[in-house]
Amino acid sequence: MSLEKTKNPWVTLLGATLFIAMSVNLYLIFQFAPTERSMGHVQRIFYFHVPSAWVAFLAFGVVFVASILYLWKRDRKYNMVANSAAEIGVMFATLVLVTGPIWARPVWNTWWEWTPRLTLFLILWFIYIAYLMLRQFVDNEERSARFCAVFGIFGFVDVPIVYMSIRLWRDIHPSPVIAGGESSGMHPDIRVTFFFSLFVFTLLFIFMLIQRLRLEKSVVAVSDLKKEAALAA
Amino acid sequence: MSKIAAILWKDLLSEFRSKEMVISMMVFSLMVAVIFNFSFPPGSEFIKDAASGILWMTFIFASLLGMGRSFVYEVDKGCMQGLMLAPVDRIVIYVAKLLLNLIFILIVESITLPLFSIFFKLDIWTDLGAIALVIFVSSLGFAVIGTLFSAIAVNTKTREVMLPILHFPISIPVIICAVQATSAIFQGEAWSVIWGWTRLIIMFDVVFFIVAFWTFEFIIEE
Repeated sequence: MSLEKTKNPWVTLLGATLFIAMSVNLYLIFQFAPTERSMGHVQRIFYFHVPSAWVAFLAFGVVFVASILYLWKRDRKYNMVANSAAEIGVMFATLVLVTGPIWARPVWNTWWEWTPRLTLFLILWFIYIAYLMLRQFVDNEERSARFCAVFGIFGFVDVPIVYMSIRLWRDIHPSPVIAGGESSGMHPDIRVTFFFSLFVFTLLFIFMLIQRLRLEKSVVAVSDLKKEAALAA
Repeated sequence: MSKIAAILWKDLLSEFRSKEMVISMMVFSLMVAVIFNFSFPPGSEFIKDAASGILWMTFIFASLLGMGRSFVYEVDKGCMQGLMLAPVDRIVIYVAKLLLNLIFILIVESITLPLFSIFFKLDIWTDLGAIALVIFVSSLGFAVIGTLFSAIAVNTKTREVMLPILHFPISIPVIICAVQATSAIFQGEAWSVIWGWTRLIIMFDVVFFIVAFWTFEFIIEE
């Protein structure tokens, strides 16, 4: 694989758009959106928290699809996509797990509660941490790609089953009464801000995936060059 | 079918001669049970509620210990090439190893369970059928993913550590359901409650058997 052209005008354009959109998003979140009556300013974290969760799911979905495609077509690029998406997914999942407790402490009066969604996210985080570790601990590139593809499929297939079992688990145990949260009627301005934030985060994901892929390509190109040099010597 | 039996028989025979795996899994699981006992104040009433959790932690640790070894001999002694050169589908190797692991796990569990009931003063005999069913389907679930992951883990740098790291997050549905089903049995709950949990475990077994069936050949090719 040769080193590809590093400058792509579309990517630069996407980056510029993203910069503007994120600035607008910050304005919407901190100025435009009304302060929630009962929760106060801390509710604004919701505009970061939920889009991060969405991006994490999206990223893990990309890992799943790319893993299937890799096993099917055996093209290195699907492995690169899966690896890049997994890293980004873990980062956003970490953001979800960090922003959640910051919100929960004043609102639920506890840092952590074993609700189905929280538990699911924690398990999801563990699955993809394991995925990244597996990638680190296999020496051979082709082999690590195969193993990770298989594990990426297992991880994603597991998600609905994990969710069902946690739901059943919480339904049987008496759970403390928890505010309905985001499902209860949203103020129109809150809704606009929320959906804009969702859009911006999705754009951010696409941008990061492209950048991470470019990095991955360089890494692969360097390692190929090293192998060639070692063979020539 | 006879091919599966042939591979299974070879492994059972070598285990029967050394008895290494079953004995170490046995001793290990009993020790785990005893050590968990010390994590509660003596004579504590909590232990009754926690018993099914302790039981399953014991089983899971012992299963992982056993399954972790299932491909080590093959790879270290170079038998894997021989096995792969044999004129059988790759999936036959998977099913044979799966059955082997399942047999080991069930042997260890069936010896640990009565001892466990003595240590923790639990009545396992009235609902033995239900307990046996839950144990069987859960162990099958552990073995279905454990056999595949151990074939992965044996090729990584940190073999023994990698298997639980891969296995635990994926097997969480089985762990939750098995603990809840067993605790429902110990508390004498209705069959419908127990079945609600067992059903999910069976679903897990079926789904992951299909996924493993399809992906195993990608693990051991080369």
